[in-house]
Amino acid sequence: MNDDTGRYPLKLEGDNIPMVSFRNVTKKYGDLTVLDRLDLDVAPGEMVTIIGPSGSGKTTVLRSLMTLETIDGGVIYVDGEPLTHMEKGGKLVRANQRHLRRMRAKIGMCFQHFNLFPHMTALENCMEGPVQVLGLPKDEARERALELLGMVGMSEKSDQHPSRLSGGQQQRVAIARALAMRPSVMLFDEVTSALDPEMIGEVTNVIRSLVDQHSLTMLMVTHQMGFAREISDRVCFFYGGSIEEQGAPATIFETPEKERTQQFLSAVLQAN
Amino acid sequence: MSYLEFLGNYSDRLIDGSLITLLQFVLAALVAVAAAIISGLIKLAQLKPLQAVATVYIEIFRGTSLLVQLYWFFFVLPLLGVSLEKFVAGFLAVGLCYGAYGAELVRGAIQSVPRGQWEAALALNMSPAQRMWRIILPQALVIMLPPWGNLMVEILKGTALVALISVPDLMFEARQINNNTYLSAQAFGTALVIYYIFARFVVTPLMRWLERVMARRIGRA
Amino acid sequence: MFEWRWEFTFEILPRLIGATGKTLLAAGGGYAVALVLGLIFALAQRTPWRVLTVATREVVEFVRSTPLLLQVFFVYYVGPQFGLNLSPWTAGLAAIGLHYAAYLSEVYRGGIESVPKGQWEAAKALNMSTLKTYRRIVIPQALPTAWAGLGNYLVGIFKDTPMLSVIGVGELMHTANAVGAEHYRYLEPYTIVGLIFLAISLPTAWLVRQMEISLRRRLGLTK
Repeated sequence: MNDDTGRYPLKLEGDNIPMVSFRNVTKKYGDLTVLDRLDLDVAPGEMVTIIGPSGSGKTTVLRSLMTLETIDGGVIYVDGEPLTHMEKGGKLVRANQRHLRRMRAKIGMCFQHFNLFPHMTALENCMEGPVQVLGLPKDEARERALELLGMVGMSEKSDQHPSRLSGGQQQRVAIARALAMRPSVMLFDEVTSALDPEMIGEVTNVIRSLVDQHSLTMLMVTHQMGFAREISDRVCFFYGGSIEEQGAPATIFETPEKERTQQFLSAVLQAN
Repeated sequence: MSYLEFLGNYSDRLIDGSLITLLQFVLAALVAVAAAIISGLIKLAQLKPLQAVATVYIEIFRGTSLLVQLYWFFFVLPLLGVSLEKFVAGFLAVGLCYGAYGAELVRGAIQSVPRGQWEAALALNMSPAQRMWRIILPQALVIMLPPWGNLMVEILKGTALVALISVPDLMFEARQINNNTYLSAQAFGTALVIYYIFARFVVTPLMRWLERVMARRIGRA
Repeated sequence: MFEWRWEFTFEILPRLIGATGKTLLAAGGGYAVALVLGLIFALAQRTPWRVLTVATREVVEFVRSTPLLLQVFFVYYVGPQFGLNLSPWTAGLAAIGLHYAAYLSEVYRGGIESVPKGQWEAAKALNMSTLKTYRRIVIPQALPTAWAGLGNYLVGIFKDTPMLSVIGVGELMHTANAVGAEHYRYLEPYTIVGLIFLAISLPTAWLVRQMEISLRRRLGLTK
C-alpha cells in the first residue's frame, strides 16, 4: 500500500457526510489494475447501481467495501470513518483486525452464489450472525430472523436446509440473513446472475421493497438494466476500473454522453 | 485335529487377542484423529514456526515405515529418557503414523470448502475462530469422512504390527498358536478372517453410518 | 541420557547401506508382481462373467482389509503345512505383491473409469476394436489419473518392506535388528534406518508428483 495516506482526512466532517466514500482507491492484481484511482461517494439512503463490462472493476468495488479485498492505494470511508485505515498517532495507518471487525458491522452483503451455510436451516442461517457475533439472546434472534424471513416471503421454508431451496429462495434467505445484522449499507453483488429467469422477479421484488421501506444505503452490481433503471437513484457506468459516466438512470439510459457508455448499452440492449 | 477342535482349544486366546486388537484400534484411531486435526489446522494457519513443526511431523511419519517408527518408539525412546509401556508405545506409534496421513485429509477438506463460505462468514463479521469452527469445519467434516473410512481400515491393519513389540493382540496370539501347534493355516487363516470381519462388517459400516448421519445433519440427505 | 556414537555409526553404516539395496530389490520385485497381478484383477472385474467379477471383487476386498504382516506369515508358514516350501524371499515377494496388487487393481479401475463414456462411444463410432480402444484411446487418458496412485503405492510398498524382516528376508530392518542385537545398541541402527527411508521416499514422492504434472502437460490434458 502507498504511504501517501497523509493527504486523506482522519475523519470526514461537515454537513452531508456520505455514507460511503471511495477516495482515490486503487486495487491491483499483479500487473492488472482493477480499480484505478476511483472516487465514489454514496449518500445515506441512496441506491447506487454499478453497471459496466466484465473486468471493469464493478464487483471489486463491493468486495473492497466488504473488506474481502485489501486495496493498494487510497482510503475508503464508511459513515465518515476510515474503513480500510485507522487513526494512530494522528496518522492514518492500515486497519488492524479489531478496527475491521468494528467497521464491518455497518456493512452487509449478498453474493451472486448466495453462499448460504449448507449445514444450517434458513432460520439458523439468519440467526447465526445475531447470536454468534452480536451476542443476541436466541429468542430475540429467532424473532428477528422470523420477521425478516416473513418479509422476504420465506416463513414457510424457515426449517429447510439450503439444498432443499430453489436459487431464488436461497437468495431471499441470504438477503434476510444479511439484514438480520442491521447494517447501514447493503451490497448486492450480481444477486440475480446465477438464477433461472423465472426466479429473478422474486428476488428483485424483495430488493424493491427494501428501497421502499428502509433508509438503507445500497450499492448494487447488476446486469438487469431494466431493474437498475427502475430502482436506482443513480447509475454509475464503470470502465477500466473507474467511473466513465454517472447520473440519474433516465439520463444514463436515454442520453448517455460518453461513447463507451453508448456502445455498452447498445450491445446489452441488443443481446436482450 | 479338526478345525472345530482347533477353535474349541484356542478360541479363548483368539478372543482375548481380538479384544486387545479392538482396544489398540480405538486408541490409535483417537490419537490419529487428534493428531490429524491439530497438525492439519496448524498447517493451514499463518504461524510459520508452528507450521514447520507440523510439516516435519507429517513428512517424517509419512516418509518412514510404521514398523521403523514402532521400534523407534519402543527401543530408542527409553534410551532418550522416555519409557513407554509397550501397550502405549503400540497405539501411540500407530496413531501418530496414520495421523500424519489424516492431516492431509483434514487440510484438503478444509481447502475444498468453497471460498464463498469464508466470504459469507466474513460478511457476517464473524471472528476467524468462529468462521473455522462454526462454518468451515462442519462442512469439511462431511467432505473428509469418506477417505477417513479407508484410513480407519488402514489403522486397524496397522495395529497388527504391535504384535512385534509383544503386545498380545490378535496377530500375536495367532503367531503363538502357530508356534505351539504348527497349524499355520488354521491359526493365521482364522486371524485373517477375524480382521476381515472387523474391517468389513464393523469399521466400514460404522464409518458409513457416520457419513450418513453427518450428511443428514448438514441437510444434504 | 544415551549418547549418539559416531564411530559406531560409521562402523555399521556400510552394512545398512548394503541392506538398503536388498530393500530396494524387495520393493521392486514386489511392485513388479503387484503391477501384473493388479492388472489381472482389474481386467477380471471388467469381464462380462458375473461369477468371475464378483469373486475377484471379494478377493480384492479381503486382501485390502487384512494386515500385510499376517498375510506374510500366512504365505510363509502355510506352504510347508501342505508340503510346499517357500524361501523367505519368494514368500515375501508373493505376499507383498499380492497385497499391493489389490490396491493397484483399484488404481487401474479408477483410471479406466475416469475416462468419459463418450470416449468409448467415439472409438466405437470409428469402428475401433476393443484392444485398439484401450491402447490408443483409454489408456493414454487413464494414465495421468492412475499415475499418482501407482507412484504412491510404489512408495508405499517400499515403506512396507520392513515387514518382510519377520520371516527372515535380509532387508534393512532385519539387518538393523541384527546389528542392534550384536552390539546391544538400537539408537543408531533404528535411527539410521529411519533416515534412509526418509532419504529415499521423500524424493521419490516428489519425483512422482513432478512426473504426473509433466505427463498431464505432455498429453495436453492441462492448459
